[in-house]
Amino acid sequence: MTVRIQENDFNIADEVSKLTEIPKGQVPGALVTFTGIVRDIYQGHEIKSMTLEHYPGMTERELNHILDQAKSRWPLGKVTIIHRVGKLKPADNIVFVGCTSAHRDAAFEAARFIMDYLKTDAPFWKAEEKESGISWVDARESDRVSLKKWED
Amino acid sequence: MKILYFAWMREYIGTSSEELELPAEIKNVGMLTDHLKKQSEGHAKALSNLKVVRVAVNQVYANLDTPITNDSEVAFFPPVTGG
Repeated sequence: MTVRIQENDFNIADEVSKLTEIPKGQVPGALVTFTGIVRDIYQGHEIKSMTLEHYPGMTERELNHILDQAKSRWPLGKVTIIHRVGKLKPADNIVFVGCTSAHRDAAFEAARFIMDYLKTDAPFWKAEEKESGISWVDARESDRVSLKKWED
Repeated sequence: MKILYFAWMREYIGTSSEELELPAEIKNVGMLTDHLKKQSEGHAKALSNLKVVRVAVNQVYANLDTPITNDSEVAFFPPVTGG
């Protein structure tokens, strides 16, 4: 299980290689990955850059907590969560989630569960730079609604 | 105790962290916010709508009733927007 917060970019192919380096007899059958990318146009405005701030310590703690919850719900093999911070440009990678499992349903659902909870619970904040200046991104109600499907 | 602010709350207050000797009569987060609002206009503005603000005590999500001591790390921040 890997949780990383970093300024540097990540390489999706390298992360996939690490997730699928598995001893003989334990090949998982399914790998699902999600990558979040900085948009160039959002709600009709050109995005020049995006700066991500986080709460060091609590971020890692929350992501590990989300990961533990995912592991308790689905039979998972390896999981990697990477989130970038600092100043990013359009088309840059922001976030990576990769899950392996014996079955595709578990891998798909766990990846989505991790992203849904990351969006609402992990302490990151985005500031967007547009032509009109820099402004903090508002939290979206739709992200809270996304959590409802995981409630028992 | 240590108090941390993030995103626009940090900008309103003008600092990302401050140290405070916790007055003995302050027992929970709600009482701390009342105390902090009196510190400056920026504090008052940042903490004006506590329905929007999220709070963590010792890096765990908390609420206005959560107890605190002079050893606590309390963080105030807007709803998160990562991912």
